[in-house]
Amino acid sequence: MKALVWHGKMDIRCDTIPDPEIEDPKDAIIKVTSCAICGSDLHLFHNYIPAMKPGDVVGHEMMGEVVETGSAVSKLSKGDRIVIPFTINCDECDQCRRGNYSLCERSNRNKPMADKVFGHATAGLFGYTHLTGGYQGGQAEYLRVPFADGTHIKVPDSLTDEQALFLGDIFPTGWQAAVQCDIQPTDIVAIWGAGPVGQMAIRSAILLGAKQVVSIDRLPERLSMAEAGGAIPINFEDESVIERLNDLTGGKGPDKCIDCVGLEAHVSSHLDSMIDRVKQMTMLESDRPHVLREMIYVCRGGGVLSIPGVYGGLVDKIPFGVAMNKGLTFRMGQTHVRRWTDDLTRRIEEGQIDPSFVITHKASLEEGPGMYRVFEQKNDSCIKVMLRP
Amino acid sequence: MNNASTLVTSRPDRSLTVTDRVARGLGWFSLGLGLAEIVAPGRLGRALGLEGKETLLRAYGGREIGAGIWALSDTPAPAIWARVAGDLVDLGTLAAGLRGGGDDQRRNAFIALAAVGGITLVDLLTAMKLSAETSENKGEKGRDYSDRSGFPGGVAKARGAARDFRTPPEYRAAPAEEPRRVSGELEPA
Repeated sequence: MKALVWHGKMDIRCDTIPDPEIEDPKDAIIKVTSCAICGSDLHLFHNYIPAMKPGDVVGHEMMGEVVETGSAVSKLSKGDRIVIPFTINCDECDQCRRGNYSLCERSNRNKPMADKVFGHATAGLFGYTHLTGGYQGGQAEYLRVPFADGTHIKVPDSLTDEQALFLGDIFPTGWQAAVQCDIQPTDIVAIWGAGPVGQMAIRSAILLGAKQVVSIDRLPERLSMAEAGGAIPINFEDESVIERLNDLTGGKGPDKCIDCVGLEAHVSSHLDSMIDRVKQMTMLESDRPHVLREMIYVCRGGGVLSIPGVYGGLVDKIPFGVAMNKGLTFRMGQTHVRRWTDDLTRRIEEGQIDPSFVITHKASLEEGPGMYRVFEQKNDSCIKVMLRP
Repeated sequence: MNNASTLVTSRPDRSLTVTDRVARGLGWFSLGLGLAEIVAPGRLGRALGLEGKETLLRAYGGREIGAGIWALSDTPAPAIWARVAGDLVDLGTLAAGLRGGGDDQRRNAFIALAAVGGITLVDLLTAMKLSAETSENKGEKGRDYSDRSGFPGGVAKARGAARDFRTPPEYRAAPAEEPRRVSGELEPA
């Protein structure tokens, strides 16, 4: 089959590799009908996430049709149309029973290595680092789905691929980011980053009834999409984020802040971001946490910082004293996808939201590696790439 | 909706371009040269007719190592432009070497001058190509997506449409208007 394969930093190729096979009675194989390039794929592309190996198949936003099931799979049949959550969950362990699917205690097959690095292993993830199991990803023609009974979302016939695909990652990720804020009708919510997850977080905050949502980015096309979704845009290249947020909130600061940027914050004219860049290049720091610092500084005392943006390792100069004195609450983590998707599927079906709005580019799988560059460089106003294997 | 075939012209099945590979090669070359200039400035200086300029050569070595590290990052274009600027400085320094020293040193300086001239050309072409390939939006104005709300019923109808959602207990925050506690007792709202 054809698949997008990671060969090293910024080197992804469309290769022909062997088809996946059932390896465990709980596995299923799907024929991928649609997949997407995620912002966190770019962290792998830039080699900021440790423990990738040449030959790894990337991609963790995918959906398709079941073509084969293992003998222990009871909830899926051939021909079922399903979205695959990027977190693999067994549905049986203590964390899964609590709804903490991204912390599944059984699905990470590299648990000893992950235990050493994280203290305690997190769930297996598709198309990601070997610290999360090193499972083959879904930017491919076929995909093996481990723990298939728990690791799927059935798609109603009424939804198109474009409407359903993002149930596997960015929609529940933006949703969880907003849920972590426990949004109240009086809340002003500031969201850094108007990429795909930021766009979903904006819509989620609106749906959950925030009084005002503010979107911070620098790209006019992304801010135009954010504004269309009900957010007040702030272009941080044109104005001071802190001054504008204080103006919008009567000097109090936003009640809730969401970081949809993560470890690759744009290197701006801020001194801290330039220092981060130099330290990152010289391997003195793995992440660029400018957004985190700004959120801590500007958030209202007693507020909540929600962090769906991916961080990979070590961050420097975090003003933790400010966070402590302001009594801020931090909530973060990989998304517990399945915890939210029944509810979100219903909301799509009812017409509350149509996540397909975010797709700006479609391409074939063969064109995928080139589209990584288009997405990375934000060429042609690219916000979200959907691939059709 | 945009079709990829109009955006990706050469080898769309591979993300790494020939220019990227050349930039990486220049990055490693920079690191090697920089290391040599820092470790053995005396030997280099004698060979090129630049005796007594060891400190200058060490500084150039630091510059080369900086450019090399940057060129090996995911944003190599500025580093290659920095190399072009550095090449011009090197050419000026080597030209000074032509004026002093013996025949051997002048010959060496001339060879080095020719080599740096060649490298300058490679650096310049690579920097220009990288800038063309990697500039965001390639000089275009951002597209207007103001018709993409994502809410089939519009923003006004969507606002608060999910208030039926119950936040799980572990994600609850204190409500913004919760009554204040005074001496452990709740103050009347």
